[in-house]
Amino acid sequence: MNEIIKMTATELAEKIKTKQLKSAEVVQAFIKRAKETDSKIKAYMEITEEYAMAQAKASDEKIASGKETGALEGVPIAIKDNILIKNLRMTASSKILENYIAPYDATVIEKLKNSGAVFVGKTNLDEFAMGSSTENSAFFTTKNPWDTERIPGGSSGGSASAVGAMTAPLALGTDTGGSIRQPASCCGIVGVKPTYGRVSRFGAVAFASSLDQIGPMSKTVEDSALLLNVIAGYDKKDSTSINKEVPDYVKNINKDLKGLKIGLPKEYFIDGLDTDVKKSIDETIKIYKSLGCDIVEISLPHTDYAIAVYYIICCSEASANLARYDGVRYGFRAECDNLSDEYKKSRGQGFGPEVKRRIMLGTYALSAGYYDAYYGKAQKVRTLIKQDFEKAYEKVDIIMTPSAPTPAFKIGEKSSDPLQMYLSDIFTISCNLAGVAGMSVPCGFSKEGIPLGMQLLSKYFDEEKMFNVAYKYQQATDFHKQFPRI
Amino acid sequence: MKISKKDVDYVAALARLEFEQKEEEKLTEQLASILGYVDKIKEVDTSKIEPTSHGFSGENVWREDTVVKSSEQTIESIFKNAPAKDGMFFKVEKVMDMED
Repeated sequence: MNEIIKMTATELAEKIKTKQLKSAEVVQAFIKRAKETDSKIKAYMEITEEYAMAQAKASDEKIASGKETGALEGVPIAIKDNILIKNLRMTASSKILENYIAPYDATVIEKLKNSGAVFVGKTNLDEFAMGSSTENSAFFTTKNPWDTERIPGGSSGGSASAVGAMTAPLALGTDTGGSIRQPASCCGIVGVKPTYGRVSRFGAVAFASSLDQIGPMSKTVEDSALLLNVIAGYDKKDSTSINKEVPDYVKNINKDLKGLKIGLPKEYFIDGLDTDVKKSIDETIKIYKSLGCDIVEISLPHTDYAIAVYYIICCSEASANLARYDGVRYGFRAECDNLSDEYKKSRGQGFGPEVKRRIMLGTYALSAGYYDAYYGKAQKVRTLIKQDFEKAYEKVDIIMTPSAPTPAFKIGEKSSDPLQMYLSDIFTISCNLAGVAGMSVPCGFSKEGIPLGMQLLSKYFDEEKMFNVAYKYQQATDFHKQFPRI
Repeated sequence: MKISKKDVDYVAALARLEFEQKEEEKLTEQLASILGYVDKIKEVDTSKIEPTSHGFSGENVWREDTVVKSSEQTIESIFKNAPAKDGMFFKVEKVMDMED
């Protein structure tokens, strides 16, 4: 195995900048790896080799001529295929956008370009980011690099699998109810959902606008901090982005944790939690105790309602957001002789079953006579969930939970029952409803050798502390240094 | 939760979605099951609670409603994605004489 693909983004950035490695050589190594493994794991919708090699060449020339370089100069990154890169195809893993070519860059892409990052490919997802396994992709299912019979998680399963299989040191995902953290947990990598408003969503395909955030995925905590440094910040093109200073997330990553209070919500440690998951969390608690942290039991009393609230809100917002796919300005069009049929047939044939299910559920919840009972009511229970977090943070600095109730399940195991699939998001969705930041960090392996993750949930805009807490743990463990045999 | 075919037809019309018969039967069942589950939020007393619309609420952003000129290249790349066009127009089937 080429040593380059085992390096972290932080190491690669340093080596490229100091001319120990050429970007072209680095990018070539990852693309070679992607080509070798992707027939087995299918992480990529498209490996953008030509595009990446041109960018790498430009970075190398910049460095050779002594020009100022960016924080990720020459470093490869994979991008979830619901984020626009100008002049590249963007499908959102949906037939309705199969041939869509992005006319502009998402704000995060613009920022990454300015930092010198190199785009090696667009990664697979559940159609419109709706799902927990990539089985809802209209094109193919991505496999878990640790066991190709299992799901990589979702919806950012392609990005998680790409990083897990070492075909890219960094990736971007989007997270509406756990779509970065749950796949990160499944594939043994780090995944971060920043505070709502921290990262601009301009140029990411809208699913549920009050919940969606773009975030980093990588092997190590430090790499995710480095990536968030690049993509975070106010953007006037996203009215929900917050105008708040962005700290250097790497700078204080190694601070001592002595006296830090970590809260364990009792509602998350229910009977029936997978024994391997439970064991890994018990071990994690021991490590934090040895680092001088206080472990405190807390309560998030409305946890039991989170999934119900989440599905009402996300489906309602999705039904409104996806109204734009009408076959007129872009996307798939079913030919008919009148406009009304054209809408119905284009959407009926262009969207997959899960997307249609959610549009239907959302349309129902917003329809006359049901709005107050569903959408209105869910927004009120959302307030209570948010207040649960605010009260908890009066007592503790950070909250820790498992990232998922079980290790990655087998492909096909839950695909026939949407409700069962929804319940696999049980630990990640409250974070989006409350708007706080969250991340998943590798914290062990199941008996079958499948990665497990723990989730850290920080206060609003306290990602700096969250990275610090995660980094110290990673320094004390070696789960992030294990590589799958693929 | 009881969901009838009539309910599903009504919502499908609102959502501008057409289903095949088998697909619709399955969907009716699944929607009933999901709505049965989410109904549990009705247990919560929210009589004195204000709704939350966003994860974190900032201030609304205002700007002047001015036209910013796009480059020829941008306009071209937008029209390239159109299923049917006529010069600088998106082409659609006739809108008049629709049954609904």
